[in-house]
Amino acid sequence: MIRVAGEAGLLVETGSLAVSHRLDAALRASRPAGVVEIVPGPETVLVVAPGADQGLLRARLDEVLGAVLESGPESGAPPGAEPEAVVIPVVYDGEDLDSVAELAGIPVDEVIARHTGRELVVGWLGFAPGFAYLTGLDPVLHLPRLATPRTSVPAGSVAIAGPYSAIYPTASPGGWRLLGRTSTRIWDVDADPPSLLRPGTRVRFEPA
Amino acid sequence: MIEILAPGPYATVQDLGRPGYAHLGVPCSGAADEASLRLANRLVGNAKEAAGIELTYGRARLAFHAGAWVAVTGAPCPLTVRSALPVGAGMGVPFWVPAGAEVRFGAPAWGLRTYLAVRGGIAVEPVLGSRSTDSLSGLGPAPLRQGSMLPVGDSGSLVEISVDLAPAGKPPPAVLRIVPGPRDDWFAPGALAELCAEPYEVSQDSNRVGVRLRGREPARAREGELPSEGMVTGAVQVPPSGQPIIFLADHPPTGGYPVIGVVRAADLPIAAQLRPGDRVRFTVRPGR
Repeated sequence: MIRVAGEAGLLVETGSLAVSHRLDAALRASRPAGVVEIVPGPETVLVVAPGADQGLLRARLDEVLGAVLESGPESGAPPGAEPEAVVIPVVYDGEDLDSVAELAGIPVDEVIARHTGRELVVGWLGFAPGFAYLTGLDPVLHLPRLATPRTSVPAGSVAIAGPYSAIYPTASPGGWRLLGRTSTRIWDVDADPPSLLRPGTRVRFEPA
Repeated sequence: MIEILAPGPYATVQDLGRPGYAHLGVPCSGAADEASLRLANRLVGNAKEAAGIELTYGRARLAFHAGAWVAVTGAPCPLTVRSALPVGAGMGVPFWVPAGAEVRFGAPAWGLRTYLAVRGGIAVEPVLGSRSTDSLSGLGPAPLRQGSMLPVGDSGSLVEISVDLAPAGKPPPAVLRIVPGPRDDWFAPGALAELCAEPYEVSQDSNRVGVRLRGREPARAREGELPSEGMVTGAVQVPPSGQPIIFLADHPPTGGYPVIGVVRAADLPIAAQLRPGDRVRFTVRPGR
């Protein structure tokens, strides 16, 4: 289903993050005329095209979504996808590492092993520029946010909350549980693109 | 250089923002009342991408270290130029500010945001292709404060100024036309009619992110939050409090509260000029 989001926007329901990523990649590979924003979410992709003919755009999106659903996930990496996972070295000395181990009921070593043991995938970005919600976190590490958020979390902090992990791209307030820090710069306004992580990027943490 | 002697309650540099980065978590930002900034730029012969100054509630004082053509649009403020030479100044006309002069803005008669364009544009360093201050993410130059110095770009290659006057507008009717959806089905039947039934009052905590409203609460058909999804400027989001928020330029690129309708692009400048305490009504009728 494609929903109307004002005069310039169409919200395509994909039903899953994987389909959102494939539709996002297909639209970026062959961008319909007039499209300025393509914003994937867990179950949707928002397409914004001010001044474009909404009927024509809708027909085109229908077509691309159909092709994406038909080709299926086994058709290999979508166009534009990263060939390799981004490896993020982490110093596991976060302020919440011990309490995470306690709450998860496992030793600290195992927290690190479980955080580094799986390849994660960037679901979408939000909260702040370059702040990527990494999906696929080991369920043992699914813990609620801190009851009281910190007023300032340093840039490069590696954290978890709910079913997600993330790296703070810049210093900001935050309620995620801090496992460690990385020196990898994931957000740089002078780089093109400014964010190392994009929807669909695969990420692997490793102990520094 | 333009030196900020007093920024008024809140002032920033704004251009047309940084579209194209929403998928990286970057708000579009840019002039809240884009039509007014575009008009000001046109009056001084600038390209539409030129950056100007967005004042909130007027009451600013600017010192011009070099002479410049300027134009002021948006919420109409009393304008005076203190200078050795007598200078006529007014809304919606290009006028020359001599070197050493000071431009003073009074409080606007109506509306909230006033725009000053200077021939050549404000030439602060762009970030991700835009000179706009993004109040949500902090990208772009800091909000203006006393002592801020703003460089002015080169105007040598610009076309001649060719517009004499843009007739002053009257306060627009406080009616916002909306396109229903994308999540109107998250609301009870009749919720749209409820939204459009009576005027809302604009709340004190409105800002460049959104106009917060107080009034009737459109009844929900479904509880809970949506999986996070892309948001457009003009979206009328209804958080759990039931009090709608109209998203302006610095809105977050994604959100999880359902959007009952989206303000039509032509009416966004009206939304951007609403003051706390103003009353505003929604309609789903496309015509006026």
